[in-house]
Amino acid sequence: MLKIKGLDVYHGYVQAIRGLSLRVKEGELLAILGANGAGKSTLLGTLAGLHKPAKGNILIRKGDTPPAEECPQYKKGFKPHAGECPQWEDITGNAPEKMVRRGISLVPERREIFGSLSVLDNLVLGAYHRYRSCGKGAILNDAREVMEIFPALKGREKEMAGTLSGGLQQMLAIGRALMARPRLLLLDEPSVGLAPLVVREIMSVLARLKQTGVTIVLVEQNTRAALKVADGALVMERGSITLSGSSAELMSNSKV
Amino acid sequence: MPDQLMQLLFSGLTLGSIYALIALALVTTFNITGVLNLAQGEFAAIGSLLAISLYAAGIPSTVAFILSIALVAMLGGLLERAAIYPARRASGLTLIIITIGLSISLRGLALLIWGTETYSLPAFTKGGPLFIGGAAVNPQSIWILGLAILTLSLLYTFFELTYAGKAVKAAVVNRTAARLVGINPGTVSFWAFMGSGALGAAAGIFIAPVTMTTYDMGFMLGVKGFVAAVIGGLSSVGGAVVGGLLLGVLESYCAGLVSSGLKDALAVIVLLAVLLVRPQGLLGVLGERKI
Repeated sequence: MLKIKGLDVYHGYVQAIRGLSLRVKEGELLAILGANGAGKSTLLGTLAGLHKPAKGNILIRKGDTPPAEECPQYKKGFKPHAGECPQWEDITGNAPEKMVRRGISLVPERREIFGSLSVLDNLVLGAYHRYRSCGKGAILNDAREVMEIFPALKGREKEMAGTLSGGLQQMLAIGRALMARPRLLLLDEPSVGLAPLVVREIMSVLARLKQTGVTIVLVEQNTRAALKVADGALVMERGSITLSGSSAELMSNSKV
Repeated sequence: MPDQLMQLLFSGLTLGSIYALIALALVTTFNITGVLNLAQGEFAAIGSLLAISLYAAGIPSTVAFILSIALVAMLGGLLERAAIYPARRASGLTLIIITIGLSISLRGLALLIWGTETYSLPAFTKGGPLFIGGAAVNPQSIWILGLAILTLSLLYTFFELTYAGKAVKAAVVNRTAARLVGINPGTVSFWAFMGSGALGAAAGIFIAPVTMTTYDMGFMLGVKGFVAAVIGGLSSVGGAVVGGLLLGVLESYCAGLVSSGLKDALAVIVLLAVLLVRPQGLLGVLGERKI
């Protein structure tokens, strides 16, 4: 559902991503591993629109097969046969607010919750791009569903998000991203600084989410926890992929 | 003497409401965009002059007022797109300098259109002054005070009770996170300037019957609004109102009991005193983040 071709990303004069190419399958949970400075967070940031690539393309498969009438070629007078309507959309360099509309949601490493707003406001604002089309009632229902996924947030709807513990803030950040109903969920080190019990809970939620069809790209330094839930994984070093395979293969690889 | 003090208090509250309105627009825009719009006073002057011209052209007063507010709101949006948005990644100081440039340009434009003459609007309500506690209160003062209260209530309702208001707050709290959920800070900034244009114009129209309107009245209004905003804490909406009223009352007592020549100097003295003694203002908090 995601294709990255020859991606180059710079931070000033420093090249953070070097000619990276990658494919992520629909419904896959892909773990990206690597040391600090390998370019993992930059890659996620670029996919979410926070960094503009200097070179390369990011393509995402369109949500559903568009009906023939919606195919741009059809509008020009061409009636396509099945499969001729373009299925991939080039989203290279789109701004974050556009990326979320394309179904890509990022849970950043520092969580970036709205600290002075309530838990419920944080969740409801997660659905900002579809608030107008769905309406308040549907969004509040979704917020309740998210709180079913993370029961620890229940009963804390009115609490200021900034007063929550680190674990709860991480759950809120993931919950807020889920409110956007993403097709591709990007998580940047969700286990960092959290107790093992909380990490286990978050990983089990990711495993459940994968079963609902959400494609997940998980950047983690906690290799063991990530490989346990991932289908496939890759290792990054200095902005390039140095190793990739199924999580079982990487688990048994002594280099990982 | 007590009657005189009461009279000065009411005069001060009227004056303070005017400053509070300008300060409210300044603070709201600053909170949302991080831009200290020093052209805010010019929005009031142009709004007032436009309303006077439209009214003089025979357009019914209410229509003329609404039309002026809408036109100045559009002017605010236009200036944001033309001058602020292209420089959105520039430093705060650069943005302030841009708004000073806008202020000078708008004043020049007003001079070209309206010249150096003095204009005025008739009072919204006919009749003599109201007597409250021995003080004569101009009915227009009640209108101005009413507009300040209405503006404060509308701002509170917008930010606390509406989804759009919470989205704006989210953009203020964390710009990156706001973008990640789909809120476009550029759009928020555009609407903030539209709103500040509308609010500035409304303030200008409401004060036109009690002050003489000239092409350059926006400068002093902008300065007083800025001082009021700093007294209140620059980021506090409630503080802007308190700051405005306080400055108005202090000026009124200074003019009535000491010397009217010291009135304008007092604003600068108060500004310096606040910055030295309590730089975060009366209701502000040190170290707040702006987008």
